[in-house]
Formats: sequence, C-alpha cells, structure tokens
Amino acid sequence: MKNRSLVSINDFTRDELVQILDLAETFEANPRQRILSNHVVASLFFEPSTRTRLSFESAINQLGGRVIGFSEAGSSSVSKGESLRDTIQTVSLYSDLIVMRHPLEGAARFASEISPVPIINAGDGSNQHPTQCLLDLYSIRKTQGRLDSIDIAFVGDLKYGRTVHSLVIALSMFKNVNFHLVSPMELKLPSSVKKFIKDAGYNYFQYEDMNEVMTKVDVLYMTRIQRERFSDPMEYERVKNSYILDNMMLTDSKENLKILHPLPRVNEISENVDNNSKAYYFQQAQNGVFVRQALLASILGVI
Amino acid sequence: MENKRELKVSAIENGTVIDHIPQGAVMQVMKILNLENFTDQIYFGANLESKKYGKKGIIKVSGRFFLPQEINKIALVAPTATVIEIRNYEVVSKLAVDIPNEIVGFVKCFNPKCITNNERVITRFSVIDKDDIKLHCHYCEKITKKQNIIFN
Repeated sequence: MKNRSLVSINDFTRDELVQILDLAETFEANPRQRILSNHVVASLFFEPSTRTRLSFESAINQLGGRVIGFSEAGSSSVSKGESLRDTIQTVSLYSDLIVMRHPLEGAARFASEISPVPIINAGDGSNQHPTQCLLDLYSIRKTQGRLDSIDIAFVGDLKYGRTVHSLVIALSMFKNVNFHLVSPMELKLPSSVKKFIKDAGYNYFQYEDMNEVMTKVDVLYMTRIQRERFSDPMEYERVKNSYILDNMMLTDSKENLKILHPLPRVNEISENVDNNSKAYYFQQAQNGVFVRQALLASILGVI
Repeated sequence: MENKRELKVSAIENGTVIDHIPQGAVMQVMKILNLENFTDQIYFGANLESKKYGKKGIIKVSGRFFLPQEINKIALVAPTATVIEIRNYEVVSKLAVDIPNEIVGFVKCFNPKCITNNERVITRFSVIDKDDIKLHCHYCEKITKKQNIIFN
C-alpha cells in the first residue's frame, strides 16, 4: 500500500482492508509509537469536521509526525479564488501525504491524479468517506468477531449518506452479508450503490419502518436525516420522528446487537440509549484513531 | 428509389457519409464530431424517409475521414448510425458504430456537485450499460443516464 492514495473504499481489495484492520489492532494495543517522526502530513479541510480531522491529527501526533494545514477553506487561499489544482500542487511540495475533505464530489480523485504525494480522502461531498468506512469495519469486526455472515441495517438518509455508501460497498466484498435498508421513500440508497450488492450476488431488503428490522440484525447503523435533503418540507415533517431510536425499540433485539452511528448525532438516537450496552457509537469514534494510524503507517511505508 | 432519395443530398467525391442517424440527433452528431467548426463542405439532411427506421438523418462530410475512436463517440446519440467511407465516389467501407467502454472529454457529468463541473477537469466515464446507456463518472462516481447526457 506504500505511496498509494485512498480515495474510494474499493481502491483497496478485501485482503488489503483486512490487513489495515489487523494493523489497527496493534495500534489499539500500543497507540504511541514514534514511527512518523520524519514525516509531515498535510490536513486540508475545505469543509468543517470534528471527529475526522481531530482523529487524523491525533493519530499523526501520537505517532510523532507533524501536521500542517487548515480546518476551513476560509483560512486558506481558496477564499481568494485559488483552484483546487493549484492548492494541491503547492501543498504536495510541503508534505509527504495529504489528508483532505472537500465539499465537491470527485475532488479527492482529481487531487490524487495531480499530486505527487498520496492522498487520503476524508470525505468528498456525498460521495465517499473511506476512513470512516475502515473504522466502521473495525468496529463491526471487533464487536461481532467477524465481517462475514452479518445482518446489518442502515437507517435514515441512505441517499446522501456517504458513510453508508462506502460501508455498503466494503461489506459487499465479504461473505453472506444481508443488507436491510430503512429509509423514507425520498432517501433510498442510490442504484449506483445497490449495484455493488447485486454484483456480489447478495440480497437487500428495503423498509420504511425501522421496527421491522429490530429483531433481525447484528448491527444497526444509524444516520442523521437532514431537513434540507427533502424537496417537500411537509414530507420531512411527516417522517422526521419515525427514524428516532429509543430504548423501548431495542427490547427484543438480538443480544449481540451493536448500534453504530458515524456522528454527529442530532436527535435520531435518544440520549437514554447512550447507557445501553448495545450503544457503541462513541467507542466507534475512538476506533477511528487506530485505523487512521494503521493507514498512515501503511501508506507512508513505515511499517 | 434509392438513387432518387440519395440525390436529395449531394454525392461527395471523397469523405464520409454518416447514415441512419436517428431522427433529431443530426445536430448532436455534428457537435460531437466538432463539425460545426469544419471549413470544407458538409451536407446534412434531417427527417428523411428510411425503410428501416421511418425517419432518419444523414451527414456527408467532404474530405474528412474518421478514426474508429473518433466516430464511436456518436454511438451515444446515434447507435443505429452507419459510417460509409467514400473515395472517388465509390463506397470503400460501411461500418456500424460501436459504443466505447470509456468516454473521455465530451460528455458533461449531470451532477452539479461533481468536481468536473467546478474546476477545469477533463470528464471521464465508464459505460456500465450499453443498451440503456448509463455512464459512471470516474470522479464523483454518480451515474449519468441517457436522458441526462449533455455534450461539452
């Protein structure tokens, strides 16, 4: 994986993904190793982020690396109208690797084609978010002991949710995965993503009511539904409360069920669920540091 | 009958005839092949009668020949087209167009949030369905369907 960019989750094979997860376990056991002390990593966030940016920067710092960059486009020359092409060409001269988040879809792929140093996509519009996907895979494997033969439900905004797209694509590489897709009519999973499930020969089931999946699944992947995603505001008002998870709904769920959420959460998981042993979203966010350490170490070739 | 109809659009000495263009697609074919800026003679006809297709269009370009990868670009809008090479008023070859596996540079991505619609980036698609045309954008990974295709 040395010097390779990670733009979309399917840039890596199943074996390469598993390799990163295995390596992440060693970082979880020993997160502070000064293996990047000779490296400078650029962190370019053209769009705000809490977890992704800070967990990347924490991962780099814990490994002894240096971080340069910006956390919003407003504090860079982008605000003066500089093109992405010029920004990437310049920053690639100052760093060994670029982590970037950008509001436009395909921005990271474009950057990877013009940059002499590898690019890690930290989110490009509604397209892909592969490092979130790695930490989701890590969290599933850690809590379920496997990535094959999983029943997983995705709930909420499946149309624009890039973390959902990346995770569906990644899980399609594993064996016997059943996909339960719960969303309002307007926010169904795009056909371009469903194609990965079909091409893998797996089934998916679509629902509008999340209660229908509660007893069936090992993993419940919740996402936020945003008002601005609806063309009809009345439709948003109609569905907004039907995608809120509370403790009562979990009564008959499987013992091994774990609830994941890419965060930030607004109100789609009631706070009373946080103390339920099935809630895993904060540990999930912590796992982000370990998988990012594994990824940085692999791409920079220090492992 | 065939001869009489051919005469509606003048014969050319050397060049290319693109026949059996679906009704309504003649101007798009002209655009894709950049014939709008061509300086030699071009004849074109639309809404001509065709035994096979009812109505058709035809374009005759004098003094210009096309490589397969050039001419195959028109398959997106004119999958039924026949490309006839003329030398010395004689038909030298007659070929059907083939939809390429990859489309580079002349189709716009339908997604307004795609980087290609916001920066100077050459578009690139893989053709994932040749019957009901679907183009997968190499950058934003969204699918542009036939009805959404706009040419650069």
